[in-house]
Amino acid sequence: MRIAFVNALFELAKKNKKIHLITGDLGFSVFEEYMSKLPKQYLNAGVAEQNMTGVAVGMAMEGKIPFIYSIVPFVTMRNFEQVRNDICYQNQNVKIVGVGLGFSYGQFGHTHFGLEDVGILRTIPGITIFSPGDPVETKLVTKAALKIKGPVYIRLGKAGEPTVHKKTPVFTVGKGIVVKKGTDIALLATGTMLPIAVEVANILENKYSVAVVSMHTIKPLDKNLIIKMAKSMKSVFTLEEHSIIGGLGSAVSDILAEEGIQVLFKRFGTPDRFNKVSGDQNYMRKANGLSADQLALSIKRILKKNKAIQLEELKDL
Amino acid sequence: MKKINNGKKSFLEEQADQIRREIITMAYVMHSSHTGGSLSCVDLLTVLYFSVMKLNPHVPLDPERDRLIFSKAHDSKALYAVLAQRGFFNKRKLSTYERNGGLPGHTTRQVVPGVEISGGSLGHGLSVAAGMAYAGKIDKKTYRVFAILSDGECDEGSNWEAIHFAGHHRLSNLVAIVDYNKLQGFGRTTDVLDLEPFAKKWEAFGWGVIEADGHNMSEIEKTFKKIPFVVDKPSVLIAHTIKGYKGVKRHIDQVSSQYKSPTEEEYKKVLEDLG
Repeated sequence: MRIAFVNALFELAKKNKKIHLITGDLGFSVFEEYMSKLPKQYLNAGVAEQNMTGVAVGMAMEGKIPFIYSIVPFVTMRNFEQVRNDICYQNQNVKIVGVGLGFSYGQFGHTHFGLEDVGILRTIPGITIFSPGDPVETKLVTKAALKIKGPVYIRLGKAGEPTVHKKTPVFTVGKGIVVKKGTDIALLATGTMLPIAVEVANILENKYSVAVVSMHTIKPLDKNLIIKMAKSMKSVFTLEEHSIIGGLGSAVSDILAEEGIQVLFKRFGTPDRFNKVSGDQNYMRKANGLSADQLALSIKRILKKNKAIQLEELKDL
Repeated sequence: MKKINNGKKSFLEEQADQIRREIITMAYVMHSSHTGGSLSCVDLLTVLYFSVMKLNPHVPLDPERDRLIFSKAHDSKALYAVLAQRGFFNKRKLSTYERNGGLPGHTTRQVVPGVEISGGSLGHGLSVAAGMAYAGKIDKKTYRVFAILSDGECDEGSNWEAIHFAGHHRLSNLVAIVDYNKLQGFGRTTDVLDLEPFAKKWEAFGWGVIEADGHNMSEIEKTFKKIPFVVDKPSVLIAHTIKGYKGVKRHIDQVSSQYKSPTEEEYKKVLEDLG
């Protein structure tokens, strides 16, 4: 996804000289071409994310369009107050790009996991939150971010994410993309869980008709689509590589509860606890019940009025 | 400290004392806090807005203007009063200070013309100022960016990130001014977190440093004629000031000047002393 992002940004920046890529000292083997071809639109601000964010705001106030880039926790949490006060409160045209959502940096340990970013940023007024599901959507949201005159957060995986969209889909900010149609179960997935959702749907397909929706925009959320799905389906599940608290699942819960829609519903995300283990992305997903097999099993159990896979079962990993 | 030539105030001194009248009036009427730090930076702001900065109060967002980032936004009374005195907006607006729906206690972007950023949380302004200066440099603009910091604010690590950044990028169009009144929220800077050797720290980060009496306006004026203080480096004026200067006597150079508003008697006395 980061390659898809930087390629898209590179193309945009060649035409729009206001664009500046500002990195918190990251980008090895990703930014080299951009750096060498567009040196005047590139800045390594060093390992100083609070200042990087403030500098980006100062540049935005002078008409630049800065894209600040670092690993999810460092570009959303370390500098959270700068994001809140300087970018969003003052409605500045700064784009925040977090690489390594969820367990993309699984081996690095919990400090590098991106599991709370959507939860905290969603509380801030005026920010658009993109969580593209594959490299194709990454390109689309990068272009869309430029068109929005104001704060945008783009939540990326890292490398090697599979391509879900065979061809470029119709893309509108704040509108989910129905990747696969179905009538029994709706899987609302975001970010790196989109390809997993497709796998889950394939596993369940022999018994159920499963729809898969990419929620590439978490804020503003596609309320109409969620209501439509919840009213027409037997069950709705949200899938995200993010804490169960505050992310897509929470946002969808808000809508279902306030609309008074009775539907079988569960959020799939990481449980409310720190991970004691580290390992690659698939290992970490398994440790959190987020592999395609585990999710399919949980959904089958829920449809039979049983409980999803519980924390105690995850310990057997 | 009051400098009078033949008993007559200079133009700048007259402006500064008028600004102090407005500040002490806002403090008295709304029983507001943060008066000491407002009074300590009045002379600095007066010199900047009436003598040093390139600006047009009728075109507050002129692209060629010098920018002033007021990072110690809690001392909003000082910025609002100097902007009003300089003609950015009608002084009547000052009477809405901290009233419901009126001028906010912390300076807020464009709430009145001339306020460049929203502040309130310390340690944010210098980074934004550095970003403006960086943009100015790459676009080869001639504007300068001034940032007013409090001394207590220099405890914030983010400031040192900005100081590091500006030094590295040789932002010679950036000027930081520290209102070094030696008192922070709940104690003397020497007791809470000593900033010394303060000038040497800035120098070590690649800045040109000048220390001056922050209440000697002719000295400050001369100092600002030397920007950048060192060729190809950002400049910092460490302005030695007195918290609560020319305000209520019992709060001058006291922590209480941050919190206490004047009684009626004290208010009248301050106005009388300001002449």
